[in-house]
Amino acid sequence: FYLERSRGRNYEAELQRCHPEVALVEFGDYHPLKPIMVTDTKTRRGARKGSTSSSSSSSSSVPPDPLSSMLDGTDPLSMFAAASASETPAMSHSRREKEEEAVGPDFEPWSSKRGEILARFTTTEKLSIVTAVVSVGKAPSPGSSAVSEKVRTRLEELDDLEEGSQRELLNLSQQDYANRIEELNQSLKEAWASDQKVKALKIVIQCSKLLSDTSVIQFYPSKFVLITDILDTFGRLVYDRIWTMCSDPRPLPDSFTVEDVNDTAKETCLNWFFKIASIRELLPRLYVEAAILKCNRFLNKSGIQETLPRLTAMIRGIGDPLVAAYARAYLCRVGMEVAPHLKDSLNRNFFDLLGTFRQISGESVRNQLVLQRVEVPEYLTLYSPAISWILQCIAYRAPEDYINCAEIWVEFTCRHFTKREVNTVLADIIKHMTPDRAFEDAYPQLQSVIRKILTYFHDFSVLFSMERFLPFLDMFQKDSVRVEVCRSIMEVFIKHQVELTRDPVILNAMLHICKTMHDSVNALTLEDEKRSLALLIIGFIRMVSFGRDFEQQLSFCVEARATFCNLEPVLVQLIHTVNQLAMETRRVMGGNHSRKTAAFVRACAAYSFITIPSLSSIFSRLSLYLLSGQVALANQCLSQADAFLKAAVSILPEVPRSISVEGKLRSSESFLLDFINNFLATLLVVPDHPEHGVLYLVRGLLNMVQDYTWEDNSDAKVRVYISALPLLAAMSQETYLYSIPKVDSNETLYGGDPKFLSEINKLCETLIGQILDHLKALGRDEKVAAGSRLIRTSGLTRRQGAVAFSLFGVLLAHGDLRNNKLSQLAVNLWNLSHKHGYCETRISVRTLESIKHQAQQPNMTHLSDTVQRLTLQSRT
Amino acid sequence: MSVTLDIRLKRANKVYHEGEAVTGVIVLVCKEPLQHHGISLSMEGLVNLQLSSKSVGVFEAFYNSVKPIQLISSNIEVAKAGKIPGGKTEIPFEFPLQTKGNKVLYETYHGVFVNIQYTLRCDMKRSLLAKDLSRNCEFIVHCQPQKAKVAPTPVNFTITPDTLQNIRERSALPKFLIRGHLDATNCVISQPLTGELVVENSDVPIKSIELQLVRVETCGCAEGYARDATEIQNIQIAEGDICHGLSIPIYMVFPRLFTCPTLETTNFKVEFEVNIVIVLHDDHLITENFPLKLCRV
Repeated sequence: FYLERSRGRNYEAELQRCHPEVALVEFGDYHPLKPIMVTDTKTRRGARKGSTSSSSSSSSSVPPDPLSSMLDGTDPLSMFAAASASETPAMSHSRREKEEEAVGPDFEPWSSKRGEILARFTTTEKLSIVTAVVSVGKAPSPGSSAVSEKVRTRLEELDDLEEGSQRELLNLSQQDYANRIEELNQSLKEAWASDQKVKALKIVIQCSKLLSDTSVIQFYPSKFVLITDILDTFGRLVYDRIWTMCSDPRPLPDSFTVEDVNDTAKETCLNWFFKIASIRELLPRLYVEAAILKCNRFLNKSGIQETLPRLTAMIRGIGDPLVAAYARAYLCRVGMEVAPHLKDSLNRNFFDLLGTFRQISGESVRNQLVLQRVEVPEYLTLYSPAISWILQCIAYRAPEDYINCAEIWVEFTCRHFTKREVNTVLADIIKHMTPDRAFEDAYPQLQSVIRKILTYFHDFSVLFSMERFLPFLDMFQKDSVRVEVCRSIMEVFIKHQVELTRDPVILNAMLHICKTMHDSVNALTLEDEKRSLALLIIGFIRMVSFGRDFEQQLSFCVEARATFCNLEPVLVQLIHTVNQLAMETRRVMGGNHSRKTAAFVRACAAYSFITIPSLSSIFSRLSLYLLSGQVALANQCLSQADAFLKAAVSILPEVPRSISVEGKLRSSESFLLDFINNFLATLLVVPDHPEHGVLYLVRGLLNMVQDYTWEDNSDAKVRVYISALPLLAAMSQETYLYSIPKVDSNETLYGGDPKFLSEINKLCETLIGQILDHLKALGRDEKVAAGSRLIRTSGLTRRQGAVAFSLFGVLLAHGDLRNNKLSQLAVNLWNLSHKHGYCETRISVRTLESIKHQAQQPNMTHLSDTVQRLTLQSRT
Repeated sequence: MSVTLDIRLKRANKVYHEGEAVTGVIVLVCKEPLQHHGISLSMEGLVNLQLSSKSVGVFEAFYNSVKPIQLISSNIEVAKAGKIPGGKTEIPFEFPLQTKGNKVLYETYHGVFVNIQYTLRCDMKRSLLAKDLSRNCEFIVHCQPQKAKVAPTPVNFTITPDTLQNIRERSALPKFLIRGHLDATNCVISQPLTGELVVENSDVPIKSIELQLVRVETCGCAEGYARDATEIQNIQIAEGDICHGLSIPIYMVFPRLFTCPTLETTNFKVEFEVNIVIVLHDDHLITENFPLKLCRV
């Protein structure tokens, strides 16, 4: 019957087919094997706009070549060309993009999920499909206008379909099944194109019904994909049809309101809803109404908002939990497409899903699984696409809710899963929090995520091998928060990293984190803050060890120096590290450097030598010069050692008289004296430079001491002189008290040369002369002060006594008191120190006892003479 | 020489109320000028009553006495005999929807034994050689909204084996407890029937729960009456072994034309009921009946 009619032309249908909106028939036409096409939609859209603006309706669907609009209606064939061209996927693509604009490109579209589902849920079992043989050609005669008659026929047809001649196709392979569904998809489009709306509806109902069939349950997710494609097509057809009804005289704008919709269109739309409301079975009624959810826009403003909760509740009537879960996924899908802002229904769906979860372990499901021989774990995986989709919808642009959940979830994941899963969670958080810089409002939660991960992951090689961990840190873009996070990571690292490490993953990540902390330092950073940051970074540096690969360790230090140049304590640590490295090299080589290691330790020295000047703290510089000098010496780098020590001496004048210690200004004198004493002790083993004079460094030091502007009323200078005397005494020995292996000290260089010894003696005499001058000056000043009746003048005599006693002690210990002159000097000093009664009697007594004790030694008997002349003044 | 005649109402939904004017155009399309003997338009509203076959035997005598009840009937001349020019001609018309005397315009209703229908009929008389042309067009009458407000009164129900009547063997019944409520049984026809239902427990899994909308049509007079209940539609609200303890929405849209405000006249009655039908997996069928009162506000 229909074939006979087919020679007739249904111009309206043809016209609709030509219309761009109806051309979208192809939109839902996915074949599982069809590759996803990517086209430059921008150009397409532009072209489409251009063509729709042209006047003739037939040209509005001309393919996206703006020039083709020239042919507007002039060519009788253009209509056919247009009709076929409009079915190109490119056109449908542009429309797809337009639809997704509602949710934005950050929402992973269904289209990208479906392929995956189809590939994953397959079966080799035989499938069956129950379809009604769709009777053809019962199109209502256009003449009959009696509503009742028309409606009745249509309802009868609906009944026909539902209860009528059904046919069951058995033994279908998966591919057959897909093909069959595709056939239904085709017949849907054909029916629609030939204005058989009722037949189209029947097909859609029939397809939806297939979703209540869960035999061959493994295939269900794929079946869902195939069938909802058809539903999508149908939804679009209906929407576009009604949309077209309103396009006269001008197409509806995308943002149209109910007022823009004419009565006929509204009535048609209402008819669809009434028709669907009378569908007998639950599942088709639900799915088909969901498919045309968008059409509510034509009827009233709040339609979608009211429909979604109703359909959501309706799903509760679905007994099979799997079928229900997928119905929810579909509802969320259309909901997101049409009204992504309506979150309540999405949440409701999820909670209902959770509420019915117990059904999974219920008897009905169990029986079904036994019957189909499907294990529970496999069965559970069937839910994953649906649940994942629902969650994706819920989580979309819900950063606040999202992050609050994620914050909790991450702990669960950390506790029960491995880094892989945690990494997945992190990736997801990044994905959700990046758009619109949502992370800015979620720093506390994000910090909490880090804290939780740090609570459970102490192995930093594992932690940093999560590839999303560092990108996650990048979300902390507010400096203070960022530093705080880095700090917390560092604290855990220092606390829990027990073994030294050379793991490049850890090193890279930690360097990144430390650099972040370092770079946060600016002129406004408090000292305390700097110190604590520096401590953390130092903690990291101390954990780095490349084992025997000393060169790499050195190059790490080079890199670290460049990275952390603003934090002085870190630089100090680096110098220590490098010095340690040199000493370690020496140890490994047993003190005998090869050419290569010799070059290496020289490189270490060079590192220190160029790093030290960048320090601002003078005492850091001094002590590091000295230390590095000692290390260089220990490694037989004589000229390097010389350079270090010379540098130390040369900066002595820069030492300020007062320095800040823990925020308070204090005199630097005691620090300086300590340093010089230390320095002097080192000088014993430093061989003289062949090109410079004898005792070049000692003289240099003493000259600097002489020129230094010491504090007024200070005895520091002479105290240095007094300290230098034991050094000079030690230098004049045949065998030195200590020496450095493989380094010839002056004892060997000069071999007790009398010239050398006399130089030493001259130096000693000069020093003693200076000290005595000082003592005299103190006595003189005392008299002047007493004469002018100044108060507190006794300080001078007290100082005089103390200096004199110190010199006495040195002479006693190092001087040869067989020399009468020296012996007399000692006695005079003793007397001077006791003159004003400031000496502590106890010390004096013990000194005398000690001398007497020494006098019993062989070669020391002369001391007993001396001791006779030392009298104790009683203070009584 | 072809000609088509059509009646197009101005309102897309074709719904009119008493006192309003039914407006539209008569559309004539012909290729050549057309000679005719006058065009007239008539409006008619009828109640058709029919007795069911099962009642026929009992009320055979009475059967023939059931005649259509005329609610409204009027006729106007649209055009006097003359010529219509070739092409498309539209003749506008306007018909007041007004009854004579104290007759009431019942709401349009398409039932089985009672039909209330309003039609416009356009007739074109033509010469002896050509056939007269005629075209029918149904329009829909909604009665005036009732003044009194409808206060919805929820109706609670509990269904257990003990609450059932008409059972053969009560002991053979599995145990179940189904609770629920309808938000109202006095319903506004333009709004859905709503409520909730909870399967608290059931020994045998549920197979299906359905809402069956039933029309109860009564035709009769003093001598006797025939009362028939037939299904209008059946809406499934639950399929399969649904989750116990979870409330399931009861929701049904009243279909247009097939329902009307509950109607009671001296000659006939149109009433509606809803059955909640619970089918258990062992094919036990449990039905709970609720009479409804439909109204239009």
